Amino acid sequence: MEILLQQIVNGVVLGAVYALVALGYTMVYGILGLINFAHGEVVMVGALTALTAINLLVGSGLPGPVILLIGILAAAPVCLAVGYLMERIAYRPLRNAPRLAPLITAIGVSIILQYLAVLIWGRSYHAYPELLPTAPFDLFGARITPTQILILVLATLTMVGLLLLVHKTRLGRAMRATAENPGIARLMGVDTDRIVSITFMLGSVLGALAGVMVSVNYSIAHYQMGFILGLKAFTAAVLGGIGNLGGAMVGGILLGLIEALGSGYIGDLTGGVFGSNYRDVFAFFVLILVLIFRPSGLLGEKLADRA
Amino acid sequence: MNALLGTSNPRLARGGALLLAVALVLLPLLVGSGFGNAWVRVLDFALLYIMLALGLNIVVGYAGLLDLGYVAFYAVGAYVYAILSSPHLANIPAIAALFPLGLHLPMWLVLPLGAIIAGVFGVLLGAPTLRLRGDYLAIVTLGFGEIIRIFLNNLNRPVNITNGPQGITQIDPIRIGGVSLAKTQDVLGIAVPSLYLYYYLFVILAMLVVFVSMRLENSRIGRAWVAIREDEVAAKACGINTRNIKLLAFAMGATFGGVSGGLFAGFQEFVSPESFQLIDSIMILCMVVLGGMGHIPGVILGALLLTVLPEIFRQGAAPLQVALFGKVVLDPESLRMLMFGVALVAVMLYRPAGLWPSPTRQRELGEMRGNVP
Amino acid sequence: MSVLLEARHVGKCFGGIQALQDVSLTINVGEIYGLIGPNGAGKTTFFNVLTGLYPKDSGAILLKGSPLPLGSPHLVAEAGIARTFQNIRLFANMTALENVMVGRHARTRASVIGAVLHDRRTRAEESAIEQRAIQLLHYVGIADRANDLARHLPYGDQRRLEIARALATEPALLALDEPAAGMNATETAALRTLIDGIRVDGITVLLIEHDVKLVMGLCDRVAVLDYGEKIAEDIPERVQSNPKVIEAYLGGGIG
Repeated sequence: MEILLQQIVNGVVLGAVYALVALGYTMVYGILGLINFAHGEVVMVGALTALTAINLLVGSGLPGPVILLIGILAAAPVCLAVGYLMERIAYRPLRNAPRLAPLITAIGVSIILQYLAVLIWGRSYHAYPELLPTAPFDLFGARITPTQILILVLATLTMVGLLLLVHKTRLGRAMRATAENPGIARLMGVDTDRIVSITFMLGSVLGALAGVMVSVNYSIAHYQMGFILGLKAFTAAVLGGIGNLGGAMVGGILLGLIEALGSGYIGDLTGGVFGSNYRDVFAFFVLILVLIFRPSGLLGEKLADRA
Repeated sequence: MNALLGTSNPRLARGGALLLAVALVLLPLLVGSGFGNAWVRVLDFALLYIMLALGLNIVVGYAGLLDLGYVAFYAVGAYVYAILSSPHLANIPAIAALFPLGLHLPMWLVLPLGAIIAGVFGVLLGAPTLRLRGDYLAIVTLGFGEIIRIFLNNLNRPVNITNGPQGITQIDPIRIGGVSLAKTQDVLGIAVPSLYLYYYLFVILAMLVVFVSMRLENSRIGRAWVAIREDEVAAKACGINTRNIKLLAFAMGATFGGVSGGLFAGFQEFVSPESFQLIDSIMILCMVVLGGMGHIPGVILGALLLTVLPEIFRQGAAPLQVALFGKVVLDPESLRMLMFGVALVAVMLYRPAGLWPSPTRQRELGEMRGNVP
Repeated sequence: MSVLLEARHVGKCFGGIQALQDVSLTINVGEIYGLIGPNGAGKTTFFNVLTGLYPKDSGAILLKGSPLPLGSPHLVAEAGIARTFQNIRLFANMTALENVMVGRHARTRASVIGAVLHDRRTRAEESAIEQRAIQLLHYVGIADRANDLARHLPYGDQRRLEIARALATEPALLALDEPAAGMNATETAALRTLIDGIRVDGITVLLIEHDVKLVMGLCDRVAVLDYGEKIAEDIPERVQSNPKVIEAYLGGGIG
């Protein structure tokens, strides 16, 4: 029973991380109908930039949480710039091109970001220093660490903030209008190019935050961390209903749970034939099943034409 | 061949074909003596990639189905060859009892078998994706590619089928009529090294693949593929069974991949999951897209460029940096990938139909430019 | 007169909206049958149900007495119903000739093996496909554009090409969805001659059209749909004076 509860706690935390990354995919998809394949790499850039700042400050005597905050604040503008440039250079000129073209440029941008990261930070795995207390709390027999609590709190706050932004502000209204019909939004005086730009930047800043959270959670950062993370977050976004903010959250948590419980129990279920080394397969199976049987996701609207 | 050379004059075409044949025979000799045998090896790989890219071209270029997991079929072909033509299976007691040295099936059996199994995988993986299009199809196929690789990595237990991450070694080299291509052979009194033998085999097979591609392109089936790419609903209304024709595209593409994979296994005498990663699928897709989707000469050009240029870069970048700065400042491998990424973005921005598109696609491009406000 | 197509009590629902309700009609061999109605009356829905693009919720459709195959439009095409689309759907990046050649798909057999070996039978079939396609381009009057990409043809020629492609499937029934939409008077007159000729050559025509003048002048019989229901079916003159029809069209303006 405790094991099950522990797996659930781990799954929810993992899911919160996926949800944070998924928000970036879902926002861009909601506005442009484009899958920004390079979003996972933005997350990676965020994690490594923050790490550089953190490593500079680690001996300074500042308290851990403050250092972590400074790390996030350092990563945010870098990711914002990456998001802005990416949209301007690689996506905007192709907005009316056949769908294959932006997909290929997105792959190109992914590769560029990955190998810029290699040139700057090298190929090795970087350990993230311990910045938060490690002593876990007891939750009905399961353990939950301060880092995990922080992730849950931040993910919830981000989610709430984003929902408020989209539904309660002028900018949010412009974003929804652009998502609904860019042509008409433009006629109504919305500067849709600016809205798209802002969406990318916002998504990228969330990516920075997510990157730091992921790295703190696993205590590790690496130039290739973005790929599989991005793919799983994308799965989460699709599972919840891509283009739908709440869906990203639901999809993320669900995927986190599936993965934690699946890899926790697959060994017992298959008599040891399949082990947790098949963990990544779950996300792919979920993705494939959802896309085939319910491409609009759990909370999504009908997107059959786009799928 | 006429279409490939872009002429309808039969005499000109025959002359061109002869010239091409002579050039293809002499090419490795020139390359080998000029730049060393390592470059003949690069040529061998270029030919394998041409076959792969032409296979993917059927799926992406003709039928318009975006496949980001194509390397899986290459992997299937390679592992079929590796498992059935090496000592590996001797690790399983039941098989060791019958074949203590493992199975060593001959190439003419293993290659077609690999092609067929890859084709079956093509249908199996294609079937669930029939309703998907565009980006979503790309991601699902990417998922399938990764799943296959994860299985290759882990199917070393409970029964050791793939030998996991270590891969399979001591694979039999390709033998033709008992003559091993892995050793220098005496042909008409001339000693021909292994790399050259493989080159000539691969050239012949690549030409066969080109031939099959061309025949398919100009057939009822090829037209149906393109029709589906252009408008699936209209294709159905024309009486095309889009489900079967799409599956056929997946199967044909996968078959080409399977053959190339088998050749790869025999050529390398070693396979491991390392060789079949997402980046390899991306590379093959980029060969098709950068060269010119649906246009055979363009795809060949794309495959050549993306095999040869990175190699030039890999070998040239370090010495160039030493000459300029006195030391290697930037890791050449990363620099190479960086250039690849930049090239992808640049080509899509400035030549979205590829470097050598089919004439019709080119016209479309011109128009598209005109229409964009 | 023998019956070619018989629709019995066909119904189709989208969500809560009854797009077709209990529609029954019969089309005789060799006639030009018109289907008219105000916007949103369900004409195109009927077409899409007829050609297998949408599954029907109730009723039956019989072609030459046997039920139409369910499930897939390609089977309907094979059974002998060809169609055009309201918003022209050509294979834009194929030539006009290739477009028509695609139309021969269901009537030809060459397999992958045949295509690769290019044996005598495949060669014969291939050249027959091409011959027939050229003939059809002549028939609709755009043979001089055979090697142009479909997307480069002028609008009226695109409509004609779509008809040629549909004819290539050797239909018993040719279903045209607003073929005169967007055409000027001269083009419409030429289209009328073409459709008349198609009937003379033994193909039954089902015509959805907004251009009431064209329908009344061309069709042997006309059915009128309104809110998914058939409100009239008769010869054009009588339909024109049918009070229900006049009311459906908001008190006149018809004819």
